[in-house]
Amino acid sequence: MTLHLVLPVALPLAGAILCLAFYRVARVQRAIALSSCAGLVLYLAGVLWPLLNGAGYATLRIGNWPAPYGIVLAVDLLSAIMLSLAAVVGLAVLVYALAWFRREPEEPLLYPLYLILLMGLNGAFLTGDVFNLYVFFEIMLVSSFGLMALGGERGQIEGTIKYLAISQLSSALFLLGAGLLYGLAGTLNMADLARKLAASGATPYTAIAALLFLGAFGIKAAVFPLFFWLPASYHTAKTPVTAILGGLLTKVGIYALCRLYTLLFPVHWAAQRSLFLGIAALTMVVGVLGAVAQGDIKRLLSFHIISQIGYLIMGLGLSSTLAMAATLYFMVHIVLVKTGLFLIAGIAEQVTGTTDLYAMGGLLRRRPFLACLFLITAMSLAGLPPLSGFYAKLGLVIAGLQSQEYWVVAVALGVSMLTLFSMVKIWTQAFMKKATTAAGAKEQLRPGLYVAAVGLAALALVAAVGAGPIYGVAQRASQQLFDSSAYLVAVLGR
Amino acid sequence: MASHLATDRSKTLLRVPGWRWPLAPVLALALGLFGFVLRRAPAAVAGTPWEAALDWLPALGLSLHLRLDSLSLIFALLITGIGALVVAYSMPYMQGEQGLGRYYASLTLFMLAMFGLVMAGNLLLLFVFWELTSISSYLLIGFRHEEAESQEAALQALLVTGAGGLAMLAGIVLIGQVYGSFDLGVILAEPTRLRAHPLYGWALGLILAGAFTKSAQFPFHFWLPKAMVAPTPVSAYLHSATMVKAGIYLLARLSPLLGGSIAWQATLTTAGGLTMLLGAWQALRQHDLKGILAYTTISTLGMMVALLGLGTAEASQAALVTLVAHALYKGALFLVAGAVDHETGTRDVRLLGGFWAYGPALGLVAALAALSMAGLPPTLGFVAKELGYSAALEWSEQAIASGGLALLVLAANACNVALAVVLGYRVFFGEPGGPWPRKPHGMPWLLVLPGLLLAGASWLVGILPGLLDGAVERAVGLVLPGAHAGHLALWHGWSLPLALSMVTLASGAGLYALWRRRPPAPCGEPRLSALAAYRWLVYRALPGAASGLTRTLQNGSLRFYIMVILASTVLVAGGTLVRSGLLSRGSLSSEAYAWPELLMTALLVAAALGVVLAPTRLGAILSLGAVGSMVTLLYVRFRAPDLALTQLLIEALTVILLLQVFHYLPPGFEEHVRPRRAALEIAVAASVGLLMAGLVLMANGVQFAPPIARYYLEQSAPLAHGHNVVNVILVDFRGYDTLGEITVLATAAIGVYALLRVRRRKA
Repeated sequence: MTLHLVLPVALPLAGAILCLAFYRVARVQRAIALSSCAGLVLYLAGVLWPLLNGAGYATLRIGNWPAPYGIVLAVDLLSAIMLSLAAVVGLAVLVYALAWFRREPEEPLLYPLYLILLMGLNGAFLTGDVFNLYVFFEIMLVSSFGLMALGGERGQIEGTIKYLAISQLSSALFLLGAGLLYGLAGTLNMADLARKLAASGATPYTAIAALLFLGAFGIKAAVFPLFFWLPASYHTAKTPVTAILGGLLTKVGIYALCRLYTLLFPVHWAAQRSLFLGIAALTMVVGVLGAVAQGDIKRLLSFHIISQIGYLIMGLGLSSTLAMAATLYFMVHIVLVKTGLFLIAGIAEQVTGTTDLYAMGGLLRRRPFLACLFLITAMSLAGLPPLSGFYAKLGLVIAGLQSQEYWVVAVALGVSMLTLFSMVKIWTQAFMKKATTAAGAKEQLRPGLYVAAVGLAALALVAAVGAGPIYGVAQRASQQLFDSSAYLVAVLGR
Repeated sequence: MASHLATDRSKTLLRVPGWRWPLAPVLALALGLFGFVLRRAPAAVAGTPWEAALDWLPALGLSLHLRLDSLSLIFALLITGIGALVVAYSMPYMQGEQGLGRYYASLTLFMLAMFGLVMAGNLLLLFVFWELTSISSYLLIGFRHEEAESQEAALQALLVTGAGGLAMLAGIVLIGQVYGSFDLGVILAEPTRLRAHPLYGWALGLILAGAFTKSAQFPFHFWLPKAMVAPTPVSAYLHSATMVKAGIYLLARLSPLLGGSIAWQATLTTAGGLTMLLGAWQALRQHDLKGILAYTTISTLGMMVALLGLGTAEASQAALVTLVAHALYKGALFLVAGAVDHETGTRDVRLLGGFWAYGPALGLVAALAALSMAGLPPTLGFVAKELGYSAALEWSEQAIASGGLALLVLAANACNVALAVVLGYRVFFGEPGGPWPRKPHGMPWLLVLPGLLLAGASWLVGILPGLLDGAVERAVGLVLPGAHAGHLALWHGWSLPLALSMVTLASGAGLYALWRRRPPAPCGEPRLSALAAYRWLVYRALPGAASGLTRTLQNGSLRFYIMVILASTVLVAGGTLVRSGLLSRGSLSSEAYAWPELLMTALLVAAALGVVLAPTRLGAILSLGAVGSMVTLLYVRFRAPDLALTQLLIEALTVILLLQVFHYLPPGFEEHVRPRRAALEIAVAASVGLLMAGLVLMANGVQFAPPIARYYLEQSAPLAHGHNVVNVILVDFRGYDTLGEITVLATAAIGVYALLRVRRRKA
């Protein structure tokens, strides 16, 4: 029995409850939040990974009800990669938030909402049940609403309402898909569904169910043409909140697509390839053009979330083991780098007192270390070697040419060029150019801001240096996804 | 006292202005690499190259494979040797500048990347280093980062070489697909396989895009003159001696693989020839020393590309020797130009003249280098020029083709001669054309020595061509497998090339006379040029398209967003539904047609229309309540009392809450929508409804497997000790879901509290 599998959900939940209990004691709240996030990292590194390296899978039947009647938590390498990313980035952004929100009026409510968000993410990565996945998506959504509106300014409320309204459409599509599946196969356990759907072969019923899920998770992941909520809302949040949402939340949609398409809809996966690749190409292009058009650093980075999601969809759409491995490496890369960039943008915001690129400037002279940090992460995002983004895109390019999907590779490379262009725009305006104004700038920065940003940049470098071993893990994860028989046995016991 | 002595000594004994201790490891690195290469040179020339390999990313075929054969050797010696000299030169030259740490770090990064590029034995690894040279070049061009001109030039270089680099990456991956490996040894062992492959044309075009952008070939040449805003040591090192030759290196390295076809020959000779002539012509019109040097560099790069395109042993030999000769004399001339600029504060040839009086040593360097540039014996420049002429003459059986080619080369060479006179003679012995911004005051010796060594090397190898012979011969064998060229020699006897050399000198002298009569005047950019096209693309078309598209899509209207999302869902899912043909097969059980359901449905539709059409907000709220009540009735009718009860409570609560906040809602309920927009919205809304109906119709009665619900009914009492099955499912079988739902509600409460608190604080 692997009872400890509940920890990624239980630890943040307990932390959130305790943080509410100590609502007026900021110091205790901070200690609780920090220790639950750190505890998660330790648990994953110390317990879960050693276990998976041996067995490949870990499962837990909640309440000891046999599958498929109860809810089963099932962890494979894909889940473990996602859990680890959430834990590491969760810890880094928390350290950043501790410094950013210190003695701010939003502080006491930030920690509980933040921990519940992590709980929602972890629960989604753990579960082996379609409806339970829905529940954890709702947890993520509700906590992200709360986080996004922290501060309560007019623009924030407006952004949150748009986010909320469009998210409701996603939830509706999700429920519709889940309902359809339940109607067809009479079960909600993913492994059980996989077996029963496989027995019936490729039918239009399941094709439509797959498309409904594509719509639901496409909204979460902010793909074209479902992305509108993201540029409308992300930049309005406080920067640490933007960082955690921008870094992790959209990736859950990609995770869910990976999970459901490999497990439940393998027969429709290759058939819907041109749909996936078309969405991927348009998402990349529209996202990066949106970024090129922006003059505000947070908006610019928000649009880049979309264009990078396009790459992930492209990898998913190519539906080969190499493409899947590249997608997973891309996931590791983009979560670290994207979050890191938001954290760096936040420091630049504190130093210059603005997020408007045209009003920023002089950072290369004033903060050479920050400049160095930005350059490394930004070049990594643009996919320049020898940084992590290069290996991520290289894998996709190779996989794309192997599948003879030449045009989507051409689009991916072109978008890479425009990404570089917009990163250079930030570099020119905020770092190279002479300082213009220094209104509202903070001279004294809390060290926590740098600790978190440096930590993520360092991890991105580790991902580059260790590209070989990480690709090794990604390949094994990809093989697990392509051959789900072992997963079915692990969950169903037969 | 001791420290005082130490600093004193460093000033008096070493007399190295600008010396900093962190430079020691940089210099040591450059010299160490130079020594490393030199020690392995005999083995490389003998054909037993030094090799080292380390698996890096086996999943993608990227390995850290380094290899030093004689082609790499020639480049590596230039890179490390000139690198060390440029670092030494930078000490006095860059003294007192801001951001020296960044400068030397970028320079070191470049040196290592360029070194790795020519040593790479794996195409992907080569690409990694290739891009690193682009980045370090970007940082160095933008070194004076607060000036708009630097920012623009740096961006331009990065975009042009970066775009070419990405094309090249695609080409590399295509080659890797054909061979199943990126290892150069594997690929070059069987060069014909690619040529027979249908993707050959694409691979060739994409690789050439990389090489041409990097080596500033027409029409991508325009970034190089702009890159001259970089500090002069950088221009000497990156933008003349080494980095711009990376494209030449790539062409030479892959010539066994890509070369030999008509396409290769035609593209290289055309692009190279055009670049050669265009560069030479433009160089004559420059008045900035660095402008002259940049355009003559472009011209010579074009000549090398054209020579490689000819694909004969003589031409390859000529290309390689030209490369070495150019690196030596042009590097030296750049360093001279930098020193003159450093002392006088200007690089305008119309002002400069008579500098001999202030720096005879520098004048000597300039003269030595200029003689090599003009191609006079006994310099390497002469050897290279002779080889070029004989390669052109022997290229084709047809005398007209060969002769024409030789004449084109002659034209470019004549321009070089004229400009060599400008650089080596006029600046030092001509009449100054006006006052200089600065008065020269004792030049630091380190501004002279590196140039002297380079120019001296050009003479040394010219007098003793045997020093280069072995390496070049072996390298020609690598460029064209199985080919042999003659030995290098200073004197080939009385021959046609020698006659052409003399004609070159004569016409060069004539050109100089013309140049002196009408010195170049500043001229505007032509309206139709590659640069203009670049500017239009980057500053007009791209931002215009980007903001136009973004404003259209991300227009701020939630209605529009929802409409697009719904419409695309309907298109994709509905399209599949219609195409599946399931709709016609769907069946409705007879009880659905009974009149109570029909009545309820009619009322439901009426209430839904009421929500949309109600003229007041109150009316809409009440209609919404009516919709909910009808749904509740339907639940009752279909024997689902639990659901009905829940639904009723929710509906009541919703209406009550909406009425509670009624007074706080902003005034103005009706929105005016244009009729066409309204029609579109109605159509989308209706199609969503149809999709849902279609889905229900389709799924009705289809079942692949019996539902697991039976288990709950059977096991609820014996295993979970509860008789209300729904309750047992909620709290036991699926209690984990319920925990989640409770969390959702609690979190929503926290969020609402957070918002209320803000209100209270603001009030």
